[in-house]
Amino acid sequence: MTNEFAVVAEGLHKRYGRSCALDGVDLTVPRGTVHGLLGPNGAGKTTAVRILATLLRFDAGRAEVAGFDVQREPERVRARIGLTGQYAAVDEVLSGRQNLIMFARLFHLSPRAARARADELLEQFDLVDAAGKSAAQYSGGMRRRLDLAASLILAPDVLFLDEPTTGLDPRSRNGVWDGVRSLVAGGTTVLLTTQYLEEADQLADRISVIDTGRVVAEGTSDELKSQIGGDRIEVVVRDAADLASAAHVVEAVGGGAVHTDPDTRRVSSPVRDRVEALGDVVQRLREAGIVAEDIGVRRPSLDEAFLALTGHRAEEEVAA
Amino acid sequence: MSTAISTSAPASSPATAAPSALTRLRWWVCDSWVMTKRNMTHVVREPEEVVIYFTLPIMFVLVFGYVFGSGMAVPGASSDSAYREFLLPGVFVMTMLYGLGATASGIAFDVGRGVVDRFRSMPVTRSALVTGRSLADLLRALLEMTVLVVCGLLVGWQWHRGIGNALLAVGLILLLRIALTWMGILLGLIVPNPDLVAVIVFPTAFPLTAVSNVFVAPELMPGWLGAVSEWNPLSATVGAIRELFGNPGLGGSSWVAEHALVMAVVWPLLMLAIFVPLSVWRYQRLSR
Ligand SMILES: Nc1ncnc2c1ncn2[C@@H]1O[C@H](COP(=O)(O)OP(=O)(O)OP(=O)(O)O)[C@@H](O)[C@H]1O
Ligand SMILES: [Mg+2]
Repeated sequence: MTNEFAVVAEGLHKRYGRSCALDGVDLTVPRGTVHGLLGPNGAGKTTAVRILATLLRFDAGRAEVAGFDVQREPERVRARIGLTGQYAAVDEVLSGRQNLIMFARLFHLSPRAARARADELLEQFDLVDAAGKSAAQYSGGMRRRLDLAASLILAPDVLFLDEPTTGLDPRSRNGVWDGVRSLVAGGTTVLLTTQYLEEADQLADRISVIDTGRVVAEGTSDELKSQIGGDRIEVVVRDAADLASAAHVVEAVGGGAVHTDPDTRRVSSPVRDRVEALGDVVQRLREAGIVAEDIGVRRPSLDEAFLALTGHRAEEEVAA
Repeated sequence: MSTAISTSAPASSPATAAPSALTRLRWWVCDSWVMTKRNMTHVVREPEEVVIYFTLPIMFVLVFGYVFGSGMAVPGASSDSAYREFLLPGVFVMTMLYGLGATASGIAFDVGRGVVDRFRSMPVTRSALVTGRSLADLLRALLEMTVLVVCGLLVGWQWHRGIGNALLAVGLILLLRIALTWMGILLGLIVPNPDLVAVIVFPTAFPLTAVSNVFVAPELMPGWLGAVSEWNPLSATVGAIRELFGNPGLGGSSWVAEHALVMAVVWPLLMLAIFVPLSVWRYQRLSR
């Protein structure tokens, strides 16, 4: 790889029949960095990853991975990438160890090297005790780890992780995060998709927010947060009748666009100074005689990030 | 996951020149063999599945051979074990047909669960998945044949025309199996859901064997049904191996019935000519 970028995508278009899964996605990932693809269900994350991992043809655009054109030299791309798909893709009948040996053999390691590598990975992914059990008997998290191990057999130049921590417990999730960090320290470039802002925040050097097949925002985590508006104050009122007056209070304190959700009797708005805002809201609510069930200041959720970045809520997309 | 991932992994292959034709050939052989071993390991780790595929034909031998068999006529034979001698070649072929179900659901499982996607994202020779599968199925067919031949010998079936002809008959059975394997591969690629595959295969397989010379000689069927049975590709192989084993029940004066040996080669080759390209086409369509 002489290229400065491990992944370059320009104007990727992908249609399924009449629906448009990718509508001109651009992406550049410098070597040795982690790039997050953040988006709700159906945004096109998996489609983008499958295209870059040579699994899917696309209708227009250009993509280069590890210095090779995805369409013209897919085999050379495949020799340099690792992929952990959204759903664990391991052989359910074979044991964990047999799975890793098989995949290592298919990466053209000698039988001996394959066995050695399999044992190493079992050790690293805490699967030694379950090494002889069928993958079908693994828990979801164990299977996920086995899947991840299988994509790291050759220390890939570029690793694609499609929602790697969905369904993992916090300990396993931290393990995956540590694993990703140390791989990157070893020179691997990682493209990871996620629905969790926190995950992108923790891992990614840069983030592309993707929605309905388009990149709607791109930048570092801090840059995105300032676009989204940073911290939010949130009030849940006891009586739905108080929603409107609570919205006035929150607006006066926060000074930004107020978001009211009647279903959960929740009012929220961006704030700059968290502590001061909290004190103000508590005082003003008491003055107005509004009973609150919960008051708090928190980070924006992905949902609000979407509201801010796209002007619509993430769920609407799923329903559509 | 306790420790960080080491960077001691073997480096991925260097960026220089693409692999030579010889290397590719070696990889194709290697990859296919790894896939074959994978499928054989399935048999070892989950023998129940194969045992189910044995039980059915053995049950047919017992039920048809002893229960219905007493009321079955075999043209040109009258001895006590005549119907069982007539039946066994049919059961051999029927077993090959049912094997299609195992092939198709195996492939369907791999496609549906994304295992195929992992293979396709790796530098694995693309055809290795299917070549490995068909080689494994061939080995599996040999295992099935061994069990059935032993079972046949126990119920009074025999080959009467020498070991050479008997081996030739086994060769014809395996040729049919290869053709059926490719049909199964295509089905598995089209219907990536093992349960649906079973729902399609088993209800169609039985009538296919019933309307053939597997259980009943077509001469004894009503006119048009007899003609359909004679033209059934299964009948060609069954007729040919009855001839080669020297078993009773060679009958029919139609052209197909008299050219069973030729047709037992023509039908499988024709099926291969149809199903191999269709499977390749379907496999490539996975990247749509
Ligand atoms: N094989 C397919 N056939 C038809 N439409 C498809 C297919 N795969 C994906 N789509 C459509 O393409 C769009 C993008 O899907 P994609 O799987 O890339 O989303 P995603 O961001 O990965 O979502 P999720 O968070 O649910 O995994 C969706 O609208 C989906 O319905
Ligand atoms: Mg997805």
